[in-house]
Amino acid sequence: MGQGRLYAAVAVSGFRRYATYRMATAAGVFTNTVFGVILAYTYVALWDERPGLGGYDQAQALTYVWLCQGLHAAVAAMGRGMEMELIGRIRTGDIAVDLYRPADLQTWWLASDVGRAAFHLLGRGFVPMAFGALLFELAVPSDPLTWLAFLVSVALGVVVSFAIRYLVALSAFWLMDGAGAAQMAALAGIFFSGLLLPLNIFPGVLGEIARALPWSALLQKPADVFLGERTGLALLETYAFQGAWAVALLAAGRLVQSAATKRVVVQGG
Amino acid sequence: MIDSSHASDEEFIRLDGVEKVFDVRRRNGFLRREKHQVRAVDSISFTVARGEMVGYIGPNGAGKSTTIKMLTGILTPSGGRLRVAGIDPSRERTRLAQHIGVVFGQRTTLWWDLPLIDSYRLMHRMYRIPDARYRANLDRCVELLEMGHLLEVPVRQLSLGQRMRGDIAAALLHDPDVLYLDEPTIGLDVVSKAKVREFLRELNAERGTTVLLTTHDLTDIEQLCRRVMVIDHGRLMYDGALSGLHEVGESERLLVVDLERELPPVDIGPAARVVKVEGPRQWLAFPASESAAPLVARIAAEYPLVDLSVREPDIEAVIANMYATGGERLHPQAENS
Repeated sequence: MGQGRLYAAVAVSGFRRYATYRMATAAGVFTNTVFGVILAYTYVALWDERPGLGGYDQAQALTYVWLCQGLHAAVAAMGRGMEMELIGRIRTGDIAVDLYRPADLQTWWLASDVGRAAFHLLGRGFVPMAFGALLFELAVPSDPLTWLAFLVSVALGVVVSFAIRYLVALSAFWLMDGAGAAQMAALAGIFFSGLLLPLNIFPGVLGEIARALPWSALLQKPADVFLGERTGLALLETYAFQGAWAVALLAAGRLVQSAATKRVVVQGG
Repeated sequence: MIDSSHASDEEFIRLDGVEKVFDVRRRNGFLRREKHQVRAVDSISFTVARGEMVGYIGPNGAGKSTTIKMLTGILTPSGGRLRVAGIDPSRERTRLAQHIGVVFGQRTTLWWDLPLIDSYRLMHRMYRIPDARYRANLDRCVELLEMGHLLEVPVRQLSLGQRMRGDIAAALLHDPDVLYLDEPTIGLDVVSKAKVREFLRELNAERGTTVLLTTHDLTDIEQLCRRVMVIDHGRLMYDGALSGLHEVGESERLLVVDLERELPPVDIGPAARVVKVEGPRQWLAFPASESAAPLVARIAAEYPLVDLSVREPDIEAVIANMYATGGERLHPQAENS
């Protein structure tokens, strides 16, 4: 009960911390919009050549582009969320401060990342999406239930994304500097989340693998829900897929966390 | 034996032969690595009574911070037994957290990007502080540490002295029984240092908060602590009154004599030796435990004495001397604190 209020407060402060940096938000929105335009025209060329590629028509494909541009900051598909900060704290030894607090490390960072994601969803989601809708004809769902189902999927995507990045960050306890691991994870995220190309169009085994990896829970799954590709039982399957990865990765994070704090080498005086 | 959570007030903090050994891998050649062990803390035993204010000093790398980290529970001792308020810190870190406040001078518990007050609100929730108590403690800290105008300022914009006061307040909102201060005045100017010390003194006097203070600034110790522990190479070299350091430190006092004219170094036997000559002025060192009177009498009788003064050894010199000698012979002293 009391702890619930704590983590709610942590989430709120996570939101406010990112809300502080308005120029960074504006720059991010601008970049996403520019990339959206580039990708959109690429997709137009691609879908002109191969209509119905990956089961999407052209409007769906364009919607996919703008949705991903609006969403990738929230689900931190390219990283740059709490993991860089946590890695920094482990590297400098500031993690000591986090460890003597009467709070759970993983839940704490999850709450703070949820706050960040909420800010990025609001601050960096709408503008690219609206801009895309102005320039192109998008397939935006009209049913509010689809929007609701989509938001649930996004929330699950945020948790999966957090769970991956938390593991990446904890590697710093052993590697002393987790920047390399974070970079690898970011690259994997860009590719396997479907940020560049929808995972639907990946052929054969590569496609199967890409769609089964946890990163597909970040963008591909929420996008499928948004585009009305997942309803009824298929929607529940999507949730189950995302939920299972979330639980498995969070559990792995807990294990690594307890190993890390047992052998903790708090660096620096 | 005291176990369970009922620690006696006499032994509120208790360490029995506590050790911390780190495995360190050192590059040895191109790819080979050699593993060796560093004993950061080597069998330390002491007790601190509730309400005591103890200085914990030693050179860099002596094991001070390692001890503090074990006392907060974030490092597990490699050996020995350790209790704070009857709690084994590393086993029950979360339960202990309610009893302790920690200020690491070189780190901050505050959230960099947020106004100071936001950090305090998080502390309020984190330590589940009852609303009325939170408000009262915050008001008190704000008043005594003069932070009223700082609460809405983002932490990143605070000066070091302001941030440190902010950190001290953050460590005290939940009324901890023990406060660990790891170099709380590092980098502060004279005025800020004085403010921090004054606040700590009041805290200790009014609330009876037990304070363990690590510092390189001996003025902190002189002004705040009656008892001091000196640690070096992971071992306790001295534990006792601050004044007692002079006796065990084999420190020397200086007799400065002004003669009528320039003369060769004063020779009055083994009782004192001349350490410096500058024109008619000479500096003589003699053991701090000896009286200066017979020396003065002899010099006055044998030399044309114009003026003289005696300089007490400063505590820094005593401790520097102690670090340098490794403190081997001080060990018996450490036993009967």
